[in-house]
Parts: sequence; structure tokens; C-alpha cells
Amino acid sequence: MGFRSPLGRAIGSGSARSGFEHWWGQRLSAAGLGLLGLWFVISIAGIGAADHATVAAWIGSMPHAILLILLVMTLLYHSNLGVNVVLEDYVHDGRALVLALGLVRFAHVAMAVAGIYSIVSLSLGARA
Amino acid sequence: MAEFRLPANSRVQPGREHKAPAGATRVRKFRIYRYDPATGGNPRLDSYEVDMDRCGPMVLDVLIKIKNEVDPTLTFRRSCREGICGSCAMNIDGTNTLACIKATADVRGDVRIHPLPHMPVVKDLVPDLTHFYAQYASIKPWLQTKSPPPPDRERLQSKADREKIDMPSNCILCACCSTACPSYWWNPERYLGPAVLLAAYRWVADSRDEATGERLDELEDPFRLYRCHTIMNCTYTCPKGLNPAWAIGEIKKKIAERKL
Repeated sequence: MGFRSPLGRAIGSGSARSGFEHWWGQRLSAAGLGLLGLWFVISIAGIGAADHATVAAWIGSMPHAILLILLVMTLLYHSNLGVNVVLEDYVHDGRALVLALGLVRFAHVAMAVAGIYSIVSLSLGARA
Repeated sequence: MAEFRLPANSRVQPGREHKAPAGATRVRKFRIYRYDPATGGNPRLDSYEVDMDRCGPMVLDVLIKIKNEVDPTLTFRRSCREGICGSCAMNIDGTNTLACIKATADVRGDVRIHPLPHMPVVKDLVPDLTHFYAQYASIKPWLQTKSPPPPDRERLQSKADREKIDMPSNCILCACCSTACPSYWWNPERYLGPAVLLAAYRWVADSRDEATGERLDELEDPFRLYRCHTIMNCTYTCPKGLNPAWAIGEIKKKIAERKL
């Protein structure tokens, strides 16, 4: 504002020369989610109304455990990228944005660790 | 945070009613946004009844008739009246378009006329496009070369290569697309918007230009380019039938090609 020229304002701090990785990661993870999601939905439909032990055994068995870990990681990676975009779109206060992006990253990493730990526990428990 | 409601002093109030003259045979009502910073107060929506049997068919004809015969304070930009200068871009019946090529017959019911959305208003239907034009200047919209020009002729371009820039060259910078884009509404300071990105693509795609790399460097930014979320309002609203969303996708593809 003030006496800054319109062109100076438009140029701002210049180009960050980044953004491609985020954009490409979002598309790749979307494609991965499509495949893994399809597998997950068909599998769950196949299991039907099973009891706790049957579902736990299914989750822990190969290759379900590996595919489920991939699904959790892809889902949370994609979600993290998407929530980042929403925050960047709507939160315009610089400090609030940095804080929100940090919290969202921590939350997604925590959810990924919790999800993977649960699947591995069931898998190891099932083998024991 | 993004503002989802207009600030209190920008909310539109009911305005004055201008009735049709006696003896009018085919009356239509035009509800027009009015704002004058010199007099203060909130914007208002004035209504004007116009006899269409004594008026041209386009919305711009109506605005000129109102200004000439009913209310000389009504302010709007216009010049060519044939869809080539882009001056009379405004929001008509909820869609950004050019008043000169928008037929009143294409609108059902009252015709609502507002300035282009989410821009500072200078007066009535005149938005402040200073930042929009500065963003256009920032992409260096001219041919950049490193090899010297041929001494005996212009820089040549094949017909096929020229066709690649036909569509983006037809942009008249009316700002209908950029001001229809929600991403541009939320981040106009940093997102270049569809019109400027379409112009940037025009030079990226030009076979004679030798600054493609530098241009892509300048565009590759989470806000300048990647704020486009493929909403497609730009393509829907373009009064010239151009496709800025496609051009933005092509820029993203160009950047991908040199990375992958």
C-alpha cells in the first residue's frame, strides 16, 4: 500500500519457483486412492457382517495389512495436501496460516503413525 | 480469514424507482447497482423501467438510454459497442459479460446489473482494475528473444504454430473471467487469475519467444499459478468464448514436462 507502484505490488516477493511437487503429489495420490479405495470397498463388501475376530484376522493377514498401510499413508498424504490448499485459500493472516499448516501436518503424521501401528499390531498379533 | 459477507458499508440497500414514461408499450425493469464514494452511504440498487420498443436490443443500449434520458449520473465504461474493447464488462443477470453483446432478450424477468464482482468500485458499474492491469504487466506480455532479428525480414512463424496462439490472442482483457474466479476473489494479491494466466500462456506457446524457461520459472508458484483449482467459471463466463482454464492446464503441463 502507500506509495508502492501497482507493478511492484503485483510482483510482490516474486515467484517461489515451487508448487509443482504439491500439485503432482495431489494427482498421483488421487490415482492411488482410486485404486486402493476400490480394493478396500470391494473387500469390505466381501467380508459382510463379520464378528470382531474375523475382521481383525482379515486386517492382520497378508497382503491385506500391506495394502491397508498403503491406503492409510496415501489417504493421509492426500488429505494433508488438500487441507493445506484449503488453509492457504482462506487463512490470510501469515502467522495463523503457518501455525495451522504446522498443526495439520502434525495431526496427519500422528494419524498415519496410529493407523500403521494398529495394522501392524493386528498383523503381528494374528501371527503370534 | 476470507470474508464471506460484505462489510457493513458495502451492503446493498434498496434504491430509487424510476417509472416508465407514459405511453410505454413494452416495459422491462433494470435493477442497477449504484455507488458514489463522493456522496458516501451504502451502495443501493436503483430500478429503471425502460420501454424496449424505444431502445436498442443490448444491455449497453439500455444503459446509454438511461444515462441520456433518465439519469445522467449513472456511470459505466463503454467504447466500441461490439465486443472488442472489453470496456463494458459487468455482471448481468448473475454472470460476468459484456453489456454490448448481451441481449436483454436473453434475460428472463428483471435485469440485474452489478459491477464486476469482488473488485473495488470506483463508481456505479466502474471497477478499479489497477491491480489487474499491473498483474498483466508483470508477466511481460511481449515477445522476448535472445537471437537477433533477421536483418531482412520479420521473425517467421508457421501457420500451425500461429494457430496455437489464436485462442489466447483473442483475449480482450475485459476481466470477466478473473472476477468470476473464486480463487481470484480469495487471493487477488498473489494469484494471477485466469485472464493473466491466459495471456502468459499466449507467450509460453509462441514459437518465436525464447524466454519460455524464464516465463515458466516466474509462473511456478503455489499462488501465482497453482491457486487455480479448475473451477472453470472463467471458461463458462468468457464473453469471447475463450478457454482460460484449458490454457492454465497447458501451463501446468509445460511445467510438468520439464520436471518429469
